[in-house]
Amino acid sequence: MSWLPKSPKARRRLTLVAVIAPVLALAVGLTLWGLRDSISFFYTPSQAAAAHPPAGRSVQLGGMVRMGSVAKHSDGRVEFVVADRTATDKVVFQGDLPDLFREGQGVVAVGAFREDGTFEAKQVLAKHDEKYMPPDLQKALKAQGEWRGDGSTPDYAKAQPAT
Amino acid sequence: MIAEFGSFALILALAFAVAQFGLSAGARIRRSTVLAAAGEGAAVASFACVAIAFACLLHAFITSDFSVANVAQNSHTEKPLLYKVAGAWGSHEGSILLWCLILTGYGAAAATLGRGLPKGLKALMVATQGALGTVFLAYTVFASNPLARLVGDKMPVEGASLNPLLQDPALAIHPPFLYSGYVGMSVVFSLAVAALIEGRVDAAWARWVRPWALAAWSFLTVGITLGAFWAYYELGWGGWWFWDPVENASFMPWLMATALLHSAIVTEKRGALAGWSLFLALGAFTFSMLGAFLVRSGVLTSVHSFAVDPKRGVLLLIILGVTAGSGFTLFAWRAPKLAPGGVFAPVSRESALVLNNVLLAAATTAVMLGTLYPLIREALTGAAISVGPGFFNIAFAPLMAVLAIILPAGPLLAWKRGDLQGVGQRLWVAALIAVGCGLLTYAFVSPRKALGALGIAIGVWLITGAAVEILERTRAFRVPAADSWRRLTGLPRGAWGMTLAHLGLGVFVLGACFELGWKAEAAEALPLGGSLNVAGYHLTLETVGPVDGPNFDAERAMIRVSKDGKPVCTGEPDRRFYPAGGQTISGIALCYRGASHLYMVLGERRRTTAGTPVWLIRAYWNPWASLIFLGPVIMALGGLTSLSDRRMRLGVARKRKQEQPA
Repeated sequence: MSWLPKSPKARRRLTLVAVIAPVLALAVGLTLWGLRDSISFFYTPSQAAAAHPPAGRSVQLGGMVRMGSVAKHSDGRVEFVVADRTATDKVVFQGDLPDLFREGQGVVAVGAFREDGTFEAKQVLAKHDEKYMPPDLQKALKAQGEWRGDGSTPDYAKAQPAT
Repeated sequence: MIAEFGSFALILALAFAVAQFGLSAGARIRRSTVLAAAGEGAAVASFACVAIAFACLLHAFITSDFSVANVAQNSHTEKPLLYKVAGAWGSHEGSILLWCLILTGYGAAAATLGRGLPKGLKALMVATQGALGTVFLAYTVFASNPLARLVGDKMPVEGASLNPLLQDPALAIHPPFLYSGYVGMSVVFSLAVAALIEGRVDAAWARWVRPWALAAWSFLTVGITLGAFWAYYELGWGGWWFWDPVENASFMPWLMATALLHSAIVTEKRGALAGWSLFLALGAFTFSMLGAFLVRSGVLTSVHSFAVDPKRGVLLLIILGVTAGSGFTLFAWRAPKLAPGGVFAPVSRESALVLNNVLLAAATTAVMLGTLYPLIREALTGAAISVGPGFFNIAFAPLMAVLAIILPAGPLLAWKRGDLQGVGQRLWVAALIAVGCGLLTYAFVSPRKALGALGIAIGVWLITGAAVEILERTRAFRVPAADSWRRLTGLPRGAWGMTLAHLGLGVFVLGACFELGWKAEAAEALPLGGSLNVAGYHLTLETVGPVDGPNFDAERAMIRVSKDGKPVCTGEPDRRFYPAGGQTISGIALCYRGASHLYMVLGERRRTTAGTPVWLIRAYWNPWASLIFLGPVIMALGGLTSLSDRRMRLGVARKRKQEQPA
């Protein structure tokens, strides 16, 4: 193989490049491809109303569970309303709610909006203890000036009179 | 009084760590054996002091001394003893103290065990270890003292208890294993720094790094497996790996350590890849510290992130930046001056190991990107995003599949110049079996799960490949049986270790692919006497009754499982309420069917419109799930077997005697 460089050092370098280049290309390709499909954005209801994510796109919806909005059906379906200061979204979820799910407290739902604007959650995350709040939610609420740091229920998450 | 004594011991430990650094560095500069011995003594003393401080913390937890802030926040008198002990490392402060204990423990071990090392290299290693000890102990003493008393407030009558999710045997013992793995990399890091300063990386260095890397790697393997097993049966989601940032944080140092174990072989046997091995040695501990930072600083959402003040996160980030930064700066400065190693052909065992390293490094990078991308993106654009498991499956799995496919060929290739044809001749039976198993799975189990079948083929390929490796070494079926037996018993433990580790990987891949491909789940709200079906099993909810636990009240269900009308087993999942923290946790029930699991979770009680109570029951059929946890255990056993090889201990001394006739 006369086209190979003569010095053994250069040969070894060429070998290394020949081994590394395809793997690197594979890794970069996979990473870009993977990132395109698996990133999900975090919205509060008012941010979601502004950004209007397309139906079926995986996103995270965070906010406070409105008091009295939780309806648990005997077939395992749960419905509740997630609220921030200016907007609300109805969430439906099939399954067992996390052990620390509470009305009037913070929650993050992972799923997608349906065509009719209802949020269909695949997973519901609640805080892990009394003091803990998911960081994304904490930040979003702070930005709205609605963070009290003590886990108390803001007014908009209190039970609303039936309309 | 005991808490104050512990705090004092901790400050003393910090002083000894500073002395350890100063004396050992002085020993290297002055070439003084007296100073070197003093530095080693300081290392042992520092460890002894941290051990005393840790014993004081244990004492405070066991006796429920609520005047200590950490105990008041994390313990409770009604907690079982095991969890009182585990509470000592269940909090931020306690876990950092455990980190320091293991760090100084490794430092003392390296100082006492490293007799065969060149004096200069050893002094530098002890000094680096002392510097690391100084940094982490200073952080403990000044920013997160676990033995600090409650200030101002009156002493509480009862503590706030440990997060009930963490009250579990597998989790109670998993931090010590995980930390032994993380911090074991510190010795590897120190050795790399020492070698860079000395400017010499040779076979002896690689040989010296290997046992530490192996020990740390084995601990890390066990730690990660325990963590995965905990997530499997404590979280009640039926899964065992969620690509949670915290899981990734422990997985990245593992990948780096795996790469290091392989590249160190090349450095040891052939003197090549010295710079790369050093890079991995620095990287493994950097990723360990990154893991500690990610987990403990609260930047990520996870069960492990405690609500701690952000100042600590910044401090940990500074520690990470300074330690890793100085290590890699040193590397950039000194590594180009290292002597180049031996030459090898494109087809050789060296090349196979290089490919292994490239793939592992690419996989580590992919995992790191997925873990840190949300943080980076948020810092740059302010948009909060999360990267789902889908990313990791796409970016990580194919790289590992390629690695697994080339793996069995590696050990059969010769050093320097290999012979692909010969390897093919030895492996074609194994390949045939693997492809056959994959095709059979595809045809008979489910043709829709082509990827699952591919995974099965890869798992079988790894297992048969490990078998071929042993058959080749013993020349089975080619020489008389007695001869083969003699060769088998004469195999070095290092060879057994490697084969076991590769076999364990195969077992894991087989279990993981089967579980992911063919698991089934069912969820239904059942009244008493109601039933549901999953994977051919018929589950009947018999009774639900109250239970009094040591520190919880529970509702426990009895579920009768039958198949084809025949009773199989009963499962008793429960739902526990911990009054101390006001939390509710599901306790799952497992029914073992061979290597497969039937996994049952009791959900909350609801009422139908007619008013009868119903319970949400979820059941998962996890085929071959036991193999997922068995595989890594075999891998860790392989690591320990290799560690017990005589060459590990005598090799360096013998080699050095040859090198130092003068």
